[in-house]
Amino acid sequence: MLGWGADLLRADMNRLLALLFHQGVLDEQFLQLQQLQDDSSPNFVSEVITIYFHESEKLLRNLRALLMDREFSDYKKMEIHLNQFTGSSSSIGARRVRNVCAAFRAASEQNNLAGCFRALEVLEHEYCYLKNKLHEYFQMEQQRAIAAGVRYPMMQQQQHN
Amino acid sequence: MVKPTALVVDDNKLNRMIHGKLLDVLGIKNRAVENGEEAIEVHLSGEKFDLILMDRDMPVMNGIEATKKLRAMGIKCMIAGISSHSIGPEKEEFMEAGLDDYHEKPLTVAKLLSLVSKIKN
Repeated sequence: MLGWGADLLRADMNRLLALLFHQGVLDEQFLQLQQLQDDSSPNFVSEVITIYFHESEKLLRNLRALLMDREFSDYKKMEIHLNQFTGSSSSIGARRVRNVCAAFRAASEQNNLAGCFRALEVLEHEYCYLKNKLHEYFQMEQQRAIAAGVRYPMMQQQQHN
Repeated sequence: MVKPTALVVDDNKLNRMIHGKLLDVLGIKNRAVENGEEAIEVHLSGEKFDLILMDRDMPVMNGIEATKKLRAMGIKCMIAGISSHSIGPEKEEFMEAGLDDYHEKPLTVAKLLSLVSKIKN
């Protein structure tokens, strides 16, 4: 009975991942991340994603703080944050977030303040969608592990300040 | 057979974690530092590596400066630049600092295997 529940959850997880791949939210790099998980690091993916959430939210706060500063002119500083965000997003397979970062960086390189604001709005939206979907995925993974009788650490939801 | 060793130089914790795990999976003993200055210090302390995975943009000392200094110190091992920039002057500048190879992030098993095969050759 428990095994049957685990199988259903696994099917739901696969459907969710397929949707995210179809939407272009994730790319094959996420699959590589999953392939790195093994018996020596059974929670590798959730640990990586937790770090990604933590760092991304810090970067988004920094970007918004820069743009909200009336005397803002330090586009180089913004590009540093964007390079970080681009790098970590591409490392976990967050394709749409990475693409928006690229557009944001292009606006920044042109010193286009209005373009940067627009890009930040899109970036926050895309990140929010990705985070919600990955939370949904890992919650199903936790339930699947419980149903299969496996111990699994709880993923802490990050709170926006 | 002696296993190769690698140094990951990246200010991003997530990248250090993923690159380290990729190296673990390939059986490559590795350690990580957070910027170019720490990479220099590790070498000054006497440690040697077969492969250095060098990020470009880092605080304190970036990958370009670190690569130049390592080459000036006589470090001849493979140094591969790993960066978000794919083409253009940023890549050129990094290569000219003394890189043996360059890969755009994300680092994959395939890219790492191509680097490892070059070490062995």
